Amino acid sequence: MEKRNLTCIVCPMGCALTVELEEGKVLSVSGNTCPRGEKYAQEECTHPTRVLTSTIRVADGVLPVVPVKTAAPIPKELLFEAMAALRELTVPAPVAIGDVICPDLCGTGIALLATSSVEKKEPDA
Amino acid sequence: MKKLDLVIIGGGPAGMAAAVAAYEKGVRNLLILDREPQLGGILEQCIHNGFGLHRFKEELTGPEYAARFAEKVAEYGIPCLLNTMVLDLETESDGTKIVTAVSPQEGYLKLNARAVILAMGCRERPRGALNIAGTRPAGIYTAGAAQKFVNIKGQMPGKRVVILGSGDIGLIMARRMTLEGAKVEAVCELMPYSGGLTRNIVQCLADFGIPLKLSHTVVQIHGKERVEAVTIAAVGPDRRPIPGTEEKIPCDTLLLSVGLIPENELSRQAGVEMDPVTGGAVVDENRQTSIPGVFACGNVLHVHDLVDYVSEEAEIAGKQAAAYLDGCRMDAEMFPVSGKDGVRYVVPQRIRKGAAPFALYFRVGDVYRDVRIVVECGGKTLVSRIKKKVAPGEMETLPLKAEQVSQIDGLVTVRLEQKGAE
Ligand SMILES: Cc1cc2nc3c(=O)[nH]c(=O)nc-3n(C[C@H](O)[C@H](O)[C@H](O)COP(=O)(O)OP(=O)(O)OC[C@H]3O[C@@H](n4cnc5c(N)ncnc54)[C@H](O)[C@@H]3O)c2cc1C
Ligand code: SF4
Repeated sequence: MEKRNLTCIVCPMGCALTVELEEGKVLSVSGNTCPRGEKYAQEECTHPTRVLTSTIRVADGVLPVVPVKTAAPIPKELLFEAMAALRELTVPAPVAIGDVICPDLCGTGIALLATSSVEKKEPDA
Repeated sequence: MKKLDLVIIGGGPAGMAAAVAAYEKGVRNLLILDREPQLGGILEQCIHNGFGLHRFKEELTGPEYAARFAEKVAEYGIPCLLNTMVLDLETESDGTKIVTAVSPQEGYLKLNARAVILAMGCRERPRGALNIAGTRPAGIYTAGAAQKFVNIKGQMPGKRVVILGSGDIGLIMARRMTLEGAKVEAVCELMPYSGGLTRNIVQCLADFGIPLKLSHTVVQIHGKERVEAVTIAAVGPDRRPIPGTEEKIPCDTLLLSVGLIPENELSRQAGVEMDPVTGGAVVDENRQTSIPGVFACGNVLHVHDLVDYVSEEAEIAGKQAAAYLDGCRMDAEMFPVSGKDGVRYVVPQRIRKGAAPFALYFRVGDVYRDVRIVVECGGKTLVSRIKKKVAPGEMETLPLKAEQVSQIDGLVTVRLEQKGAE
């Protein structure tokens, strides 16, 4: 049996949780003050996910990069793979907030969205 | 000289929300000034998510949160003068405010305003405020400066990083630089607890196995041209390094996340009365400062951790500035508010006689569990509330109802009745 210590982040209480696991299955959760802590521990130990936020390069923009986010949380273990994919991307300016940069990031079925706008640079006269 | 009803200094979330609220109360002759080329303030570089949970029940990134307000500003056609740095604020004997600013498009300009809202935000404490031995090689940045490099300019300041201070910006940058391929060796925190939000400690450090060294500080910086290493050491309860605990960590970058200070040079020049604890102006429940017609809100007033409260506070200032312009004078008798027994500061610092219902914003000085927050006036308890946990990194709010406000007739104190400090 494996034991894991987590801090619940669902509310500012930050309860220290202890999870007992066997072959990837959660056997018990303790230390939580409310049921939300148990649910959090379940998810964290079986399929943790995170929203990834980063930047990608913009060609001919007034700024060199535009911030992006995944439209929904992606599996945590894919974060670095997704970052590598982002490094390969360049979008042409203009970019508008909410633009879909990539419809399916790393086979997750989740889109990558622009979270800000970058205008096109005026060509030098 | 151009004559305006209301000038808003700073176009971050505070300035934008204040302008929108004033507009909605009928103010039309108004102007937002900001030294940056766009509205949004610090949020433009905060590309991570977690903004707006209280207000929009959604997790937005910083630029998305800012865009919601910038769209309103545009929809109402509220004029903004960007790339414009405000240099001075003065009050004439008849109460008119003179705002002096410079901008590349307008040059040197003087504006005449009947009311002013201060919304200049805060800045990071620089290294000068710290006492670390060693020369001053390249590779030392505030965490916020590093955030701007990476998120706006698309440049990485270094590859091997040590972070001093566990404020939220430092934590966010630990994750950001790790994702961009840097190795973050450690985050050192002088205090026995982190000043950052728990969520950030978990998702920015624990997720990536970055050690958080509580009760540790940087005692020396090595390297001539560029940082080559730092020496860290454990500190005792007196916050002084404990000899023999030194550890040298090779790195090329040291980020400082050692606190924020409200940016109040203008307010001081204008003669606004300041609160030495918050570093911001002393205000009443309407967010009016000691100068009639000058209001303050957001991080320039006191450092907020959640932008939702910045917007809420700014709406109070905007609405009340509109009332002031309508001729409503806020010169009733005032009662002082103060924090004690663990409560470090309370905003507002004053309450006017006959005030409308409002909320108290305050911060505690240590981590406490199972405490009762008590608000008293002249021996009467106005409100009390039990909290399972309060911490210096999380601002508390406590709303007062009309019947509670009506009982205020002297000094109001906010204190903790503790069952135990950690
Ligand atoms: C790194 C970081 C991470 C954060 N993370 C979160 C989070 O996850 N969730 C959350 O809810 N909140 C977060 N916050 C807090 C939130 O972003 C701030 O509380 C909020 O941005 C403060 O708004 P403001 O308008 O008071 O100040 P600012 O956003 O700083 O805006 C002030 C504006 O005033 C302008 N200005 C200042 N002086 C002058 C002058 N003399 N002349 C002209 N213009 C001037 C500046 O250019 C700036 O645009 C974070 C803050 C930081 C710094
Ligand atoms: S277990 Fe419940 S009370 Fe504890 S931190 Fe999680 S949500 Fe909050």
